[in-house]
Amino acid sequence: MRLWVVIASLFTEVSSAQAPAVDTSGREIRPPAKVERVYAAGPPASVLVFAIAPDKLTGWTRAMRPNEAQFFAERYAQLPELGRLTGRGNTANVEVVLKAKTDLIVDVGSTGGTPASLASQVQEQTKIPYALFDGRIEATPAALRSLGRLMGNEAEAEKLAVWYENELRDIKQRVARVSSHPLVYYGRGTSGLQTGGKGSINIEVLEILGARNAAAEARAGLVTVSFEQVILWDPEVILTTDPNYWASVWTDARWRAVKAVAAKRVYLSPHLPFGWFDFPPGANRLLGVWWAGKLLYPQAFDVDLRAKVAEFHRLFYHREPTAAQLDTMLGEPGVLPR
Amino acid sequence: MNSRALTYVLAAAALLGLTALAFAVGRYPVSLGEIVSLLAAKLTGSTHNLPANVETVVMQVRGPRVLAALVVGASLAAAGTAYQGMFRNPLVSPDILGVSTGAALGAVLGIFLSLGILFIQLFAFAGGLVAVGLVYWIGSRLRGHDPLLALVLTGVVIGTLLGSVIALLKYLADPYNQLPAITYWLLGSLASISPRDLSVAAPLALLGLAPMLLLRWRMNLLALPDDEARALGVDTRKLRTIVVAAATLMTAAAVAVSGIIGWIGLLIPHAARLLVGPDIGRLLPLAMLLGAAFLLAVDTLCRTIATIEVPPGVLTALIGTPFFLWLFALSRRSW
Repeated sequence: MRLWVVIASLFTEVSSAQAPAVDTSGREIRPPAKVERVYAAGPPASVLVFAIAPDKLTGWTRAMRPNEAQFFAERYAQLPELGRLTGRGNTANVEVVLKAKTDLIVDVGSTGGTPASLASQVQEQTKIPYALFDGRIEATPAALRSLGRLMGNEAEAEKLAVWYENELRDIKQRVARVSSHPLVYYGRGTSGLQTGGKGSINIEVLEILGARNAAAEARAGLVTVSFEQVILWDPEVILTTDPNYWASVWTDARWRAVKAVAAKRVYLSPHLPFGWFDFPPGANRLLGVWWAGKLLYPQAFDVDLRAKVAEFHRLFYHREPTAAQLDTMLGEPGVLPR
Repeated sequence: MNSRALTYVLAAAALLGLTALAFAVGRYPVSLGEIVSLLAAKLTGSTHNLPANVETVVMQVRGPRVLAALVVGASLAAAGTAYQGMFRNPLVSPDILGVSTGAALGAVLGIFLSLGILFIQLFAFAGGLVAVGLVYWIGSRLRGHDPLLALVLTGVVIGTLLGSVIALLKYLADPYNQLPAITYWLLGSLASISPRDLSVAAPLALLGLAPMLLLRWRMNLLALPDDEARALGVDTRKLRTIVVAAATLMTAAAVAVSGIIGWIGLLIPHAARLLVGPDIGRLLPLAMLLGAAFLLAVDTLCRTIATIEVPPGVLTALIGTPFFLWLFALSRRSW
């Protein structure tokens, strides 16, 4: 399919537009010669577009809340709310996207048949090129490069891609040095009984870290499991994204039966300004890899987490966090061992 | 022993057998001997030397869940029986006056506001009560219509209204985090039942079941037109209010801890009716027994057949439908 698109593109005439490019879904994209205004269809796309060229992002999918806005320059934090476009429920009106004088629509996430057909449909309707990129952490450098090419910001994107690749390489080398892998359970939702099976996007951070996922035998995707099953797995570490759940494990007799709770190794993922661990499932989760790496393998991940966070923010969010902001992110109860 | 009495005895025996089985099976292996010695120790107040996890699994996880399945199943079946009799309509389920939809809205609002599980349950319970209160208040103020028709129609339109508010909240919810949580709640599950949930929901459900059981013979009169019942010396308005309040209380308590579990409230009353006929006095106890046994059987499968939990809504229909059709084909009773 992809090959066919490439061959077909050789025979189509090239007008004032850029040379056609192919996105991750294999669809041919023909952006205008100068891309100035980019609409990101979901939060993972917002993160990438903003990282490459913040001034080209026309808006966020939802307005920034004050606790998120503090991490960005004011002119960016105040960008309008445009809504989501495809995938999990539209909140954006196609007319709003048109009115924002969009040159390019970008979505980052799954690139399977459904998102690809939705993208084609919107592209057909609006005549605005719609590019789709793989949102997995490991695919981020490639997505950065392709997107940078489409947006006409190759140099900026290349710099980010190289940095991201180096980070991933550093992480892999550290993981290779790890000798003992604790059994990890990722508990989602207020009850903590939702989790991700092997290959699930929700636990990509754990898979990059080569962690032993307690729920590996479950199918990929978000699943509900029973207490008995969790007690049977008896994980040594629990990671969660839900503050209510994190607070409840210490007083709930059922959770106290689990090794991780007895050993006080239940940790709450930081979530500002974009989630670190699970959602939104984009490049932002690199910080979650460093965070979880430190918790699971303290020796191999003997790194200064504050410096890592500051560097990521400087490169991707274009503003270095203050010491107080770092305290806000990392000082929340449950984020790091006491 | 006549065949009707035999039906009750068989249903009760099946329920007891299922309960014992449900205690004995689960993802965490606990032997029958361990359960017996644990329960013996608990009853006599003596100490036992079983692993701590065995006690946690039986007393904190499996036990509350088994009991919750019994209470929720019995409540939904009883409420369905009462409403089907009262509204003289075989298609009526406990949600006809909006209790589940109201509870769903409460829970969805709680999830939307990122509240803890206790508040989500509280919102669900209150939502169920408020929804039915509203329907009853409006329905009883619509004069010049058959009061039952007014009540049903008000229930349907208010239910639709609440449903659209739920849809709005789902639409506005965070798609990665809140939306899956809402979906799971609406699917219904007994997976996260805690001893505390049971200790709050069970008394509330029993509080609703008690008046219904006491008034069950008189509930047949609710099917009569108001003036005919009055001629027999029964204040149908008052009786109806009590029945609706009792059914609402137990359904709201059940739904608040279990989420929406369909099928039972609609079809278990029919199964019971096929066995003992339409008289509510005879029907109600059997419907409760069957409802409790059925949900317990379904939930036991939900938590044992796979590593992951199976939503009960899937199995209630998968198991219930052939069972119901078989019963229907076998029976020659009139409704």
